Amino acid sequence: MGTIAFVLQQTLIFFIPLLLVALGAMFSERGGVLNIGLEGIMIFGAFCGLLFINAFHGTITPQLLLILGLIVSMLGGMLFSLPHAFASITLKADQTISGTALNLFAPAFCIFTARVVQNVQQIGFKNDYRIDKVPILSNIPLIGEIFFQKTYLTTFIGIALFISSWIIINKSRFGLRLRASGENPHAVDSAGIDVIKMRYAGVLISGALGGLGGLVYVIPTTTTFSSTVSGYGFLALAVLIFGQWRPGRIALAALFFALMKTIAASYSGIPILSQLAIPDSIYKMIPYIATLLMLMITSKSSKSPSSAGIPYNKNDR
Amino acid sequence: MNGKKTLKQILPILLCILVGLLFGFFVLLLTNREEAFNGFRTILFGGFSGGIRGVGNVLYYATPVMMVGLGISLGFKAGVFNIGGPGQFVIGGFLATYFAINLPFEGPMRWILPIIFAAVGGAVWASIAGILKAYFKVNVIISTILLNYIAMYLVNYMIKHTIYDSSTNKALPVPKASQLPTAGLEKLFEGSSVNIGFFIAVIFAVITYILLTKTNKGYEIVATGFNPNASKYLGMNEKFNTILTMIISGALIGIGGALMYLASSGKSISVVDSLAAEGFNGIPVALLAFNNPLGVILSSVFIGYITVGGFYMQSYRFVPEIVDIIIAVILYFSAFSLLISQNLDKIVLVLSRFFKKKAGEK
Repeated sequence: MGTIAFVLQQTLIFFIPLLLVALGAMFSERGGVLNIGLEGIMIFGAFCGLLFINAFHGTITPQLLLILGLIVSMLGGMLFSLPHAFASITLKADQTISGTALNLFAPAFCIFTARVVQNVQQIGFKNDYRIDKVPILSNIPLIGEIFFQKTYLTTFIGIALFISSWIIINKSRFGLRLRASGENPHAVDSAGIDVIKMRYAGVLISGALGGLGGLVYVIPTTTTFSSTVSGYGFLALAVLIFGQWRPGRIALAALFFALMKTIAASYSGIPILSQLAIPDSIYKMIPYIATLLMLMITSKSSKSPSSAGIPYNKNDR
Repeated sequence: MNGKKTLKQILPILLCILVGLLFGFFVLLLTNREEAFNGFRTILFGGFSGGIRGVGNVLYYATPVMMVGLGISLGFKAGVFNIGGPGQFVIGGFLATYFAINLPFEGPMRWILPIIFAAVGGAVWASIAGILKAYFKVNVIISTILLNYIAMYLVNYMIKHTIYDSSTNKALPVPKASQLPTAGLEKLFEGSSVNIGFFIAVIFAVITYILLTKTNKGYEIVATGFNPNASKYLGMNEKFNTILTMIISGALIGIGGALMYLASSGKSISVVDSLAAEGFNGIPVALLAFNNPLGVILSSVFIGYITVGGFYMQSYRFVPEIVDIIIAVILYFSAFSLLISQNLDKIVLVLSRFFKKKAGEK
């Protein structure tokens, strides 16, 4: 297989979960609620999904099981984001604190539960979800190699969700109202739309995408889940800001980061780079340094939603 | 600060702690009914469960998170969310370890200088995020997240090329002469890892408190956090204040790394691709203290206290992670404790009426 195809194929494995979780963060923040708890939401979603997958493994075909597992992880993520929504919307609490509480709770809870149920904290699972070759499509040169060989269903689900997110946030009535709730909630309220409901919707969508992103991250990268997603929830926040809260730019930002990350992770398989004899640790730093440099150039004009992080209070105008 | 105001601030937190503990008890009941009571008692007795040794370990555990909590709370006060604790912590820890091993002379400077280098390292590392914020408007949350990973890989690389112990995949242990003195504490709290690090951290908490409440610069920092536009209008140098905040915050967190790895417990930095947990654990410490530096002393000791309790709870075959669950619940409820404290008068009024009514019925 060609080097380029190999790199791009690996890139997808990093790209899709980052994209999904960053899109989740976007729905929450465009609606006006900061969601720093996505790391915890990812962990909890992955945990729920894996428990489901392990419970029903072997009873139905792998791909169907994977789809059901993904749905369970979305539901888990939604459920887990509910306390954050309640605290930050209904109770008008500090959104950073309640998000941090989620981040603290999720790994502790998942490790605790895993150890109570099965004595060890790692949750093993059998990865039989990889699709080696999609019939016909995999024969297309390059594109077939990248997208339709050794691929996962999650790649296509991720791309589909990206397109629908773009349409929902930019073209739908719901998206307009959600965005307005994050920019000028009082105007939304005076138009007779329930700001509270809109913000709940934003946080719950972010929970669903965050939970989904958790499972999507775990399945191709490991076979033992030990209640960590290696900081991907935080990275997704970075991608959100890098992507200026816009779906298209978020996708580009996630792709940029994922590509850098892939080059760093698999430089030894890329002939030109492996000959350079640059230490492993330096390669691993590159994605983060490159993102930081890109941010220096692009951050001058921030398009952050102006009411994000501010609880909506009917009385203060 | 008058007594009533202090009570008003502390009461809601005590309520949160109560709720968190009850939640923990509930989880214990669900998982193992027979031992739940014993387990819960162990958490309540916390540091005292292990006798005098346990108390010493409470102070030992509280030390690094107190420093990180101080750094993060200072950032919050200035309106900056410094989530870069893990990076600044590990940079401080590395520099402290490096100089502790390599300084060519004897005496107390063998541990004082490494602490100073750690402070400088943490400050320099954090100042990158400050400069990026001040001159390039890069969001501090994102830059510190990215800098965490860069610091982690950088330190791994540096350790491997300087003070690497390949048999343990860790940094070399800090020699005895460079460890923090125990000043008789090891006899007072026999068997524990306590050292003067705890008192160093307390001193820094007091210094930070004085800085924020009694100095002009501290006032400017808090004012900038409270209302950046107003402070800009009043002629305060916003850019400089942002960078200064990050520098002090990073220095405090860097010292946390030094105090952790210079401790007599002999723990050294592992060369692994995962962020230093202490750097994140400082966030709940800061938040539970409502970012008050003196409150950070209490909250870090509290977290040390129940962490040690969680450790001893393992003798009843409970999983120590229950402690993190409890802290998370406490933190969650503390998020809207302001709501509780604002309505405290109302709650008290309703309760007193209720009891009066009951007494009247009798």
